Amino acid sequence: MYPASFDYHTPGSVQEAISLLGKLRDDAKLLAGGHSLIPMMKLRLAQPKHLIDLRKVPGLAGIREDGGSIALGAMTTHWQVESSKLLQAKIPVVSDAAGMIGDPQVRNLGTIGGSLAHADPAADMPAVMIALGVEFVIEGARGRRTVKVDDFFKGLMMTAVGPDEILVEIRVPVPPAGSGAAYLKFPHPASRFAVVGVCAALTVDGKGICTKAGVGVTGAGTKAVRAKGVEAGLAGKALDQAAIEAAAAKAADGVDVQADLQGSAEYKSHLLRVHARRAIEAALGRAKGGK
Amino acid sequence: MTLPVKMTINGTNYRHEVEPRMLLVHYIREVVGLTGTHVGCDTSQCGACTIILNGQAVKACNVFAVQADGAQIMTIEGLAKNGQLHPIQEGFWEKHGLQCGFCTPGMIMAVYQLLERYPKPTEAQIRHQLEGNLCRCTGYHNIVKAVQYAAEKMAGR
Repeated sequence: MYPASFDYHTPGSVQEAISLLGKLRDDAKLLAGGHSLIPMMKLRLAQPKHLIDLRKVPGLAGIREDGGSIALGAMTTHWQVESSKLLQAKIPVVSDAAGMIGDPQVRNLGTIGGSLAHADPAADMPAVMIALGVEFVIEGARGRRTVKVDDFFKGLMMTAVGPDEILVEIRVPVPPAGSGAAYLKFPHPASRFAVVGVCAALTVDGKGICTKAGVGVTGAGTKAVRAKGVEAGLAGKALDQAAIEAAAAKAADGVDVQADLQGSAEYKSHLLRVHARRAIEAALGRAKGGK
Repeated sequence: MTLPVKMTINGTNYRHEVEPRMLLVHYIREVVGLTGTHVGCDTSQCGACTIILNGQAVKACNVFAVQADGAQIMTIEGLAKNGQLHPIQEGFWEKHGLQCGFCTPGMIMAVYQLLERYPKPTEAQIRHQLEGNLCRCTGYHNIVKAVQYAAEKMAGR
């Protein structure tokens, strides 16, 4: 399958890429790892007249600790995230989730920034980003701005990144001691996309009381969302089995669960509740284990 | 619009003018003439087109040739040396890791990376790391045995 013809650009800096975007406007698409865009182009669901490949832009890939956060360059590949010793030590759920994306070949080229800016409703990482409360650094002609995760995902494949802007970095706060997080998904057997996916990030104090809970869900609706009902059922509570099950029962509340080829809305809502419970249990185990 | 690309494939340098929309797998098969790399699903799911691009296994049906400008590439044709099968190829032969053989070149290139990253893989690791390669004949059991054979053979060298 051949995509429609396009012109190919390889800017050498973020500024150059932004000025190309400003000039070419809607005719251009940014190319990162290409593992969402190129399949869409081959199916001619996307027919950009210009591709702006970011592979020669220096400084967009890499993982570094910066204050209380870990900064992930937007062009960092899923494999680099999966295999990062820094992330495995400080925020292992990010590495775990990266290792569940697609397959090894996809993870070698697919990038965290490309995936998040694409905002596929069944992508894994959005749920993790919501649970961890990350920030996105977006650059445009007027400079850089920071967007909190709750303001980032706007709808089906829509984000806060403007038409002439580039997502350059994701800043993930390092959770305090007594924290643990887990991402679980029900993968589509062929594509490995999440039919549903749930990430729970918990902090518990010395008495076993949950002081902070972040829960993100993906796959079920038109965009990844925060499961506020589950969070409210966890924060401030001693997390015994009854409390966990009561909280997890809220996993589909406020989610625009979509019936599709994968299953009915009832079925996917049920999967959400089951995966929420399992993710909370796994996160709690890690929080108590000190990770 | 065509653009010049140059890349090294199995140790040989190539230079051509290509349309930006030309996929790397078509470049390798139709321009360079190395047809060991197969096109299976053409939707980046089956892995039959897997090659090693700058040291990493990728699906060549989901990369444009222009993106690989300046790259080092290894395809299935680059694995055997002096008529001697690579231990991974030998493993597939010895353990009956193929039936129709269509998936085998991509499967073997994926295994090449698997054994670089996990020289002593568990069975679970082997199966997880081969999730990007579909085989419709073998049921995978003999592919797992072929990988285990190759891992032992390569550890012994």
